[in-house]
Amino acid sequence: MKRNYDVVVIGAGPAGLAAATTCGNARAKTLLLDEQPAPGGQIYRSIERPAIADREVLGPDYYRGEALVRALRQSPIEYVSSASVWQVTAEREIGVSVSGNSRIVNAKHVIIATGAQERPFPIPGWTLPGAMTVGAAQILLKKSGIVADGAVFAGTGPLLYLTARQYIRAGAKVTAVIDTTPARNYRRALSQGLGALSGFKYLRKGWRWIREIKAAGVPVIGGVAELRVRGEECVSGIEYRSNQHWTTLQTEHVFLHQGVVPNINLTMSMRCEHAWCDRQMCWRVVTDAWGGTSLPGVMVAGDASDIGGAVSAQHRGTLAALRVLQRLALIDKRTRDSAAAPHLKVLTAEHRFRLFLDVLFTPDEQFIEPQDRQTLVCRCEEVSAERLRETIAVGCQGPNQLKSFTRCGMGPCQGRLCGLTVGQMLATQLARPMADVGYYRLRQPVKPIALGELAALAQPEAAATAPASYSKVMSS
Amino acid sequence: MFRYLQGCRGQRPSVAITIDGVATEVPADETLAAAMLQSGRLDLRITPIGGKPRSAYCMMGVCFECLVTVDDQPNQQACMTPVRPGMRVERGRP
Repeated sequence: MKRNYDVVVIGAGPAGLAAATTCGNARAKTLLLDEQPAPGGQIYRSIERPAIADREVLGPDYYRGEALVRALRQSPIEYVSSASVWQVTAEREIGVSVSGNSRIVNAKHVIIATGAQERPFPIPGWTLPGAMTVGAAQILLKKSGIVADGAVFAGTGPLLYLTARQYIRAGAKVTAVIDTTPARNYRRALSQGLGALSGFKYLRKGWRWIREIKAAGVPVIGGVAELRVRGEECVSGIEYRSNQHWTTLQTEHVFLHQGVVPNINLTMSMRCEHAWCDRQMCWRVVTDAWGGTSLPGVMVAGDASDIGGAVSAQHRGTLAALRVLQRLALIDKRTRDSAAAPHLKVLTAEHRFRLFLDVLFTPDEQFIEPQDRQTLVCRCEEVSAERLRETIAVGCQGPNQLKSFTRCGMGPCQGRLCGLTVGQMLATQLARPMADVGYYRLRQPVKPIALGELAALAQPEAAATAPASYSKVMSS
Repeated sequence: MFRYLQGCRGQRPSVAITIDGVATEVPADETLAAAMLQSGRLDLRITPIGGKPRSAYCMMGVCFECLVTVDDQPNQQACMTPVRPGMRVERGRP
């Protein structure tokens, strides 16, 4: 790694790969930093070395990533894996940790492509060993070829059926798929005008998948309005309520999913402007059509900006790169605009389809705001819904005050698994809109970094000899 | 119980690590979290406040539920740590 770059891209999923490759191929001095050990992001994880040889298991959408990663390998850019970015300042000084050593690199332009995370799913028992996200189960499948027999998949969103079907095709036993998509969502989604056509095709694909899942002898249970994961030290089952009737399924593994939301910790900590999005029920960084944020030289591309899926992310990565290349005077405006046109065309169609998906998979309030008093909202600091409601009731006005009073959001995940829930609870109880409630005031470092590593930054030549015994500092 | 699919374990080279003092062989290109989960136990740490067991939740570095001690260094994210030969891992404790 050098000290200075034209462009630093953060994240090697579809958006970051497309952005970095486009920049590199146009002779911009480009660095691609990625937290994971191999390129592909979550959607194309382990694409260069999938654990499963049979391509029918993961399906053709997964293998779209091959071309992207091949382009990366043929591009003259510097790519550093297992690199954890813990800081980006408004002046675009990037703090990055690799193998326990940190350094600062400077960039004329930064493209943030840190993707999405799964929406918090605070139901009783979601903290028990044996309960994990559907995304986590899929990562184990893609990267390692590891499965758990007898699992229950529960929730809503495209990933639910996709992963259940991959599990069945891989030869794993599945106990059931529990679908919490409210019936009204289907009606609302199909009335989305232009989006409904691509949406209808999607529904047809979804129905085919459900038929395939049922044909494997796996019950698909719809219309579920409430869920509880049961167990003492680990998961022993899941209970669901459908038509006022509770049913229990025995299982040691519950995979939960209710859509994905942008990873906002980095852009929030940089004080980029953000806005609440009612349609996707999440905070989003405010960008122009190219992905430019309120900070000069800072772009955001892909699901880190708003949820559009892998295809959209790839095109938005290219758009951000074209804008950067023009700013670097490596291409002129006309070249930029003509190169951008086909990408914008695809994005228009993708966006219509996304409107449909957003409506279809809007989570029910039941599942974004815990109904049960004992349910933990903050997994790190073990703060229950009841404790939060009591604190709000005595006059607590916002997420930061709530954090000071209860430690909610103060643990190592830095609010990633409770921030949206806390905002929703405040909004409901105070009868205020989410935009008004706001979000935690996030600070850097956005990833834990050893104190010794930070200290070694002051004397760059000593960085390599920083004592390894410093424990990681959990920032708050 | 997590298990390897048929054909997904065989050909990969192994490394020896110890999990809570117990020697075990795991694929050399595995993350520590995957290695620990397939070894049979789901709980990766005990919480500092309630003393409750927790396991990996997101497997992608977001949730910090899989914090373990690696070669005496506490609070390492098992899902983000590749296994290395001779690695000593202990479940996370307050």
